[in-house]
Amino acid sequence: MTTVTIASAPPVAGARPLADTLAMLRRNLLRAVRYPGLTSFTIAIPVILLLLFVFVFGGAFGAGVAPGVTPGADGRAAYLDYITPAILLFAVVGAAQSVAISASMDATSGIMARFKTMAISPGSVLGGPVLGTVVQALIAVVVVLGLAMALGYRPDAGLAGWLALAGLVALVAFAFSWLCVAMGLSAKSVETASNTPMILTALPFLGSGFVPVETMPAGVRWFAEYQPLTPIIETTRALLTGAALDVSTTLLTLGWCAVITGLGYAWARSLYRRERR
Amino acid sequence: MTSDLAIDVRGLRKSFGDQTVLDGVDLAVRAGSITALLGPNGAGKTTIVGLLSTLLKIDAGTARVAGHDVVAQPEAVRAAIGVTGQTSAVDDLLTGLENLRLMASLHHLGRRPGRERADALLAQFGLTDAARKPVSTWSGGMRRKLDLAMTLVGNPAVVFLDEPTTGLDPRSRRTLWDEVRALAAAGTTILLTTQYLEEADRLADRVAVLDGGRIAAGGPPAELKSAHDAGSLDDVFLRLTEPSAELPAETAPKEMA
Repeated sequence: MTTVTIASAPPVAGARPLADTLAMLRRNLLRAVRYPGLTSFTIAIPVILLLLFVFVFGGAFGAGVAPGVTPGADGRAAYLDYITPAILLFAVVGAAQSVAISASMDATSGIMARFKTMAISPGSVLGGPVLGTVVQALIAVVVVLGLAMALGYRPDAGLAGWLALAGLVALVAFAFSWLCVAMGLSAKSVETASNTPMILTALPFLGSGFVPVETMPAGVRWFAEYQPLTPIIETTRALLTGAALDVSTTLLTLGWCAVITGLGYAWARSLYRRERR
Repeated sequence: MTSDLAIDVRGLRKSFGDQTVLDGVDLAVRAGSITALLGPNGAGKTTIVGLLSTLLKIDAGTARVAGHDVVAQPEAVRAAIGVTGQTSAVDDLLTGLENLRLMASLHHLGRRPGRERADALLAQFGLTDAARKPVSTWSGGMRRKLDLAMTLVGNPAVVFLDEPTTGLDPRSRRTLWDEVRALAAAGTTILLTTQYLEEADRLADRVAVLDGGRIAAGGPPAELKSAHDAGSLDDVFLRLTEPSAELPAETAPKEMA
């Protein structure tokens, strides 16, 4: 057999994961700017929730979460203090859900197939949108926190606390985004992709975010105590109030983020490699 | 003999579940030539493109593209090919320019050369005027051209075009044909699938008719016509593929999406 002359295609320039991921991140952010509907929706929902819970339920609920507080204006203020951390995490999880839709849109249009036939780092195709979602989650948290402060919420965090909070938000957004990317890829249609992650919306409610878990019936309480968002919300609460971090709660928070990231990444990766007819 | 083969496929088999789509396909495409893959709906044309472009996994047989084994060296194959599939592979929310620059970044062309490449391709396909508008506002023909332009950003040695002109008006179709001819003249190898026999007749150096999971006939269009004593490729096609073309749609194997 003679030598293969046309085989002299350029040698495969080793994978450039960082450059590829940045290119994909840029694409994702451009898409978010061009199609602001999805992004503003993920910010609007927690804003509406915050207003609803403070101004409609807050007067009564506040007395339930803070003993000794009288219903009415004092109750609203107490309830605002109590739920702000949960609303922030609701915003983070909501932002993560939007990446399921964009992943599914890419998979059902031809563009993900195009990426798969190119010599680019596989992790970048999904990692770019994930990082873009982290950016969007941070923006959503700033908006919601700004509104809470306008309503009278007064966090008491130092510089270290704020930095730690930003890091925590990024970590949680990263973890849930990988999970949602996988959910988006596993969906057969964009409609399903937008529905499946909705179950995550329930998590902030089934935890310590809106009412103390001690007030729940046994089964729900058991779930609320052990589900991932409870330690995450409690860590957020501690960071915002400048309270000392509880070691086991902090470790649980970091552990859950690592586990969710790992599972989401592995699931997304195997779905990306799956043959798609 | 094998030295100038850009695509060398032997005994290629592929099933989806219990449905055999390809049952021993042999295909040889010379470097710098245009080969058209014909066949009835569901014959497996898109499956062949999927297998050769590393999107699908080969069940049996060997396939070399641009000198690289598709199974053993998929990364090398990906670095050498460009694929324009049936489903639009452009980002609707970005502008044409942004789509091309994204491709340039992913090919690591560098900032300036990447921008020059994007501008050159826009000019080549007559898309410069619309370049800064979101692709969602473009016509089908323009999107198809952009799709092909994006495929060409990395100067691929082998280009796969899956029904590149489906849904295009005659003028856009001709523009695309001209681009494909120019590509081949510049040394690029092209494997295209098509439903339009006229397209195969006018464009391709060689035609391969896929039927029943195998290549039923292959050769230059003129040779095929005289061998089958047919006036047009239409007649060749009907003669070779009649039995399965008569199958009702439900029982014909489903074409890969």
